[in-house]
Amino acid sequence: MIIQLDGKNVGFSNGSGHPAESAPAIFFVHGAGMDHSVWVMPARYFARHGYRVMALDLPGHGRSEGPALDSVDAMADWLARVIEISAAHAKEVTVVGHSMGSLVGMSLAARHPERIDRLVLLGTSAPMPVADVLLNAAQDNDHAAIDMANTWSHGQRSQLGASDNPGTSNLHMGERLLERVADDVYFKDFSACNGFTTKDYAPILAPTLVMTGDEDKMTPPRAGMAVAGMLKSSQVTHLRGCGHSMLSEQPNQVLDALSAFIRG
Amino acid sequence: MTDSKHRGPQGMGFDTLSLHAGQVPDPTTGARATPIYQSAAFVFPDSDVAAGLFNIERAGHVYSRLSNPTNAVLEERMAALDHGVGSVVTASGQAALHLAITTILSAGDHIVSSRSVYGGTHNLLEYTMSRFGISTTFVDPRDMAAFSDAIQPNTKLVFGEVLGNPGLEVLDIPALSELAHTHHLPLLIDATFVTPYLCQPIELGADLVVHSATKFLSGHGVVVGGVVVDGGTFDWQSSDKFPTLSEPYVGFHNLVFADEFGPAAFITRARKEGIRDFGACMAPMTAFQILQGLETLPLRMQKHVANAMEVAAYLEQHAMVESVSYPGLPSHPDYELAQKMLPKGCGAVFSFEIKGGREAGRAFIESLNVFSHLANVGDAKSLVIHPASTTHHRVDEESLLASGIGPGLVRLSVGLEDAKDLINDLKAGLRVVEKMHEQAAAQQAEKVS
Repeated sequence: MIIQLDGKNVGFSNGSGHPAESAPAIFFVHGAGMDHSVWVMPARYFARHGYRVMALDLPGHGRSEGPALDSVDAMADWLARVIEISAAHAKEVTVVGHSMGSLVGMSLAARHPERIDRLVLLGTSAPMPVADVLLNAAQDNDHAAIDMANTWSHGQRSQLGASDNPGTSNLHMGERLLERVADDVYFKDFSACNGFTTKDYAPILAPTLVMTGDEDKMTPPRAGMAVAGMLKSSQVTHLRGCGHSMLSEQPNQVLDALSAFIRG
Repeated sequence: MTDSKHRGPQGMGFDTLSLHAGQVPDPTTGARATPIYQSAAFVFPDSDVAAGLFNIERAGHVYSRLSNPTNAVLEERMAALDHGVGSVVTASGQAALHLAITTILSAGDHIVSSRSVYGGTHNLLEYTMSRFGISTTFVDPRDMAAFSDAIQPNTKLVFGEVLGNPGLEVLDIPALSELAHTHHLPLLIDATFVTPYLCQPIELGADLVVHSATKFLSGHGVVVGGVVVDGGTFDWQSSDKFPTLSEPYVGFHNLVFADEFGPAAFITRARKEGIRDFGACMAPMTAFQILQGLETLPLRMQKHVANAMEVAAYLEQHAMVESVSYPGLPSHPDYELAQKMLPKGCGAVFSFEIKGGREAGRAFIESLNVFSHLANVGDAKSLVIHPASTTHHRVDEESLLASGIGPGLVRLSVGLEDAKDLINDLKAGLRVVEKMHEQAAAQQAEKVS
C-alpha cells in the first residue's frame, strides 16, 4: 500500500487489516537493506486483532521513494511524521524495530516521546558498530556484503534449514531481500548504524521489550541485555535457536513475545 | 544491488545440503532420519493459534494437502539445492508444471515455450491448457529471435527445458533470461534431466524451476512426484501483467501476495491457492522416499554422467549407429554451450539413431537384457525406449520426423551399472541389428543373382 508524505510515496503493508479510527497502532521498522515484508506474520496477526498496522518501507527501501536517509535520527524524524499523519487518532502507539529499525525506535522514543507509548527492540545493540569489511563491501555495492550479512545473520539451524515456515529457505529469502535494495542504500544503512550513539537516549521512558537471539552474531545477546539495562522500563525475551534474522528464524517465538507484551 | 556475483562467505556445500537441508534430528524422539508424518491433519492448541495458522501469521501445519512436516523437509531441501526462496512439492512433475502456470496465468494469457519439450508437457500446453484459455506458441529453443518474435501483449511466461526432448538441445538460460526480463516476463525452466547438481537455473537467471522428482531426484524409479521452486527473483509488481500476485485476491480476504510476502509472493500463492484448490499434493511417504534419493544425488549424478559419457562415446563410433545426440560429445551442436552451462556434465538421458529404421529399433530394444524397456528416465537402473514402436507407434514417418523423432531413434537413460556391462548389452543389441542388415543384404544379393 502507498500513502504520501511530503509529496513522496511511503510504502507499507497493513497486514490486510480494517482497523477502527481509534484502534491502537503498531509501526514496524525493518533493518538495514530490508523492507516491510519481513514483518508479514506479526503484521497479519495484529491486523486480525484490530490493530492499525503499518509495516513500513523506510525511504529508499521497498516501495518508499528515496533517497535513503543518512542517519538513524533522520529516520526517526521521518517515522514521527508518518505516525503523525497516519495514527493521529490512535489510542496508543507501539513501535517495533529490528536491528537498524530498533535504533530508529530508540531514537524516536528519545526525540519524539509524545509519539510513542511502547517500544519493542529485536536484535539490538547500542552502539551498533559495523565491521569495516562489511561496510567497505557495501560501499562498493559488492555482493560480498550481502553474503557476509546474510550468512552471519542466520543461526546454525538456519544454515542447514529446518524452517518453521513450511517449504521456505530462510537463507535464500534473506539473500533475495537484500538483493532488491538499490545501489548505495545498503551502505547508507550500515553507515547510519555505525554512526549511532547512545549518549542522548537515557531519557527513554516508554516501556520496552528487548528480544535477543541466543545465536545472534550481529547483535549478540549481551548487547541486547546492555540496551535493556540502559532503559528506564524494560524486559527481555530470549529467543532460542535463533540468530539475527529473528522474524524468519523463530516467527512463532517472536509472535508470542510480541503478543504477550503488546496485548497483555 | 546490481552486483550479483557471490564473493563473500558461502553457506553449506551442495553435498552437505543434499543430506541435511530442511531437517534437524527430531526434537521429540531424536530420530536422525526424517520421520514420515502420516497424518492428514494437525491439532490446534487453541482457537487463536488455529486462526493464526489459517491467516498466515503463524508458522506450522494445518492439513496435509496444504503442508506436511515430511513434505516440508523435501521442499526446503529443494529450495536450498536450487537456491530458491521456497518450493512446493506436488503429486507429479506434470502437477508441478500445472501449478507453476496456473499460479500466474489465467484465461486469455499466453506462453512462449521451447518446442523441444517432454511429450506430456506438449500435451498440457498445446491441448489441455488451451481448453482453459491459456495458449502457447512453440519455438526453436536455439532461436532467441523466435522467442522474442512470439511474445504477444498477453504473454505472461517464457518456458523451456534445460535439455530439450528428444534432441538434447541445450537451452541458453542466461540469454533467454535476459530476453524474458527485457519484456518483463518470468522465465520458468524444467530442470528434470539435470537436477540442481548439474544445473541451478536460478543462478543462471531463471525465476522459477520445476522438476519431475520421479526421475533423478528420487533416482530409484519407485515414486511419482514433482516440485516447483521459486527463485524469489522476479518483481511481480513491475507491471500490471500479474494480477494474481499484485492485486487483492478475494479468495484470501483481499491479500496482495506481492505486497505482503515480497520475494516469496509466488510460492505463497502457489501453496495458498494452487495446492489448496487443485489439490495435487504429495503423499508424505513419497516425500520421504524422494528425500532418501536426494541424500545420494551428488554421488549418483557423477556416476550417471560418467556412464553416459562412456556409453555415448561407444555408440558414436559404432557402425550400426547413424548419429548420437548428447551435448557431452563434441559432435553435438550445443557442445560449446554445454561446456559453459553444464560443466559437471550433461545428464544421462540421450538419444541415438540406429541404422535400419523402425524394424531395427524394435529388434534392438527387444534384444537388450540389462537395459529395461519402459517409459521412464532417471532410474538407478538403465532404461531404454524406442518411440517409433511404442509411444509414437501410430504416427507416420513424416510426422515423426517433423517432431524430431527418426524411425530408428532410441532413447537411453543411463543408470549406475558397470559401464562395461551396459556397453556389452548395447553391443549385443547392435549385433542383432547388424545381422538383420546382413540378412537383408544377402536376400537382396540372392534376388539379383
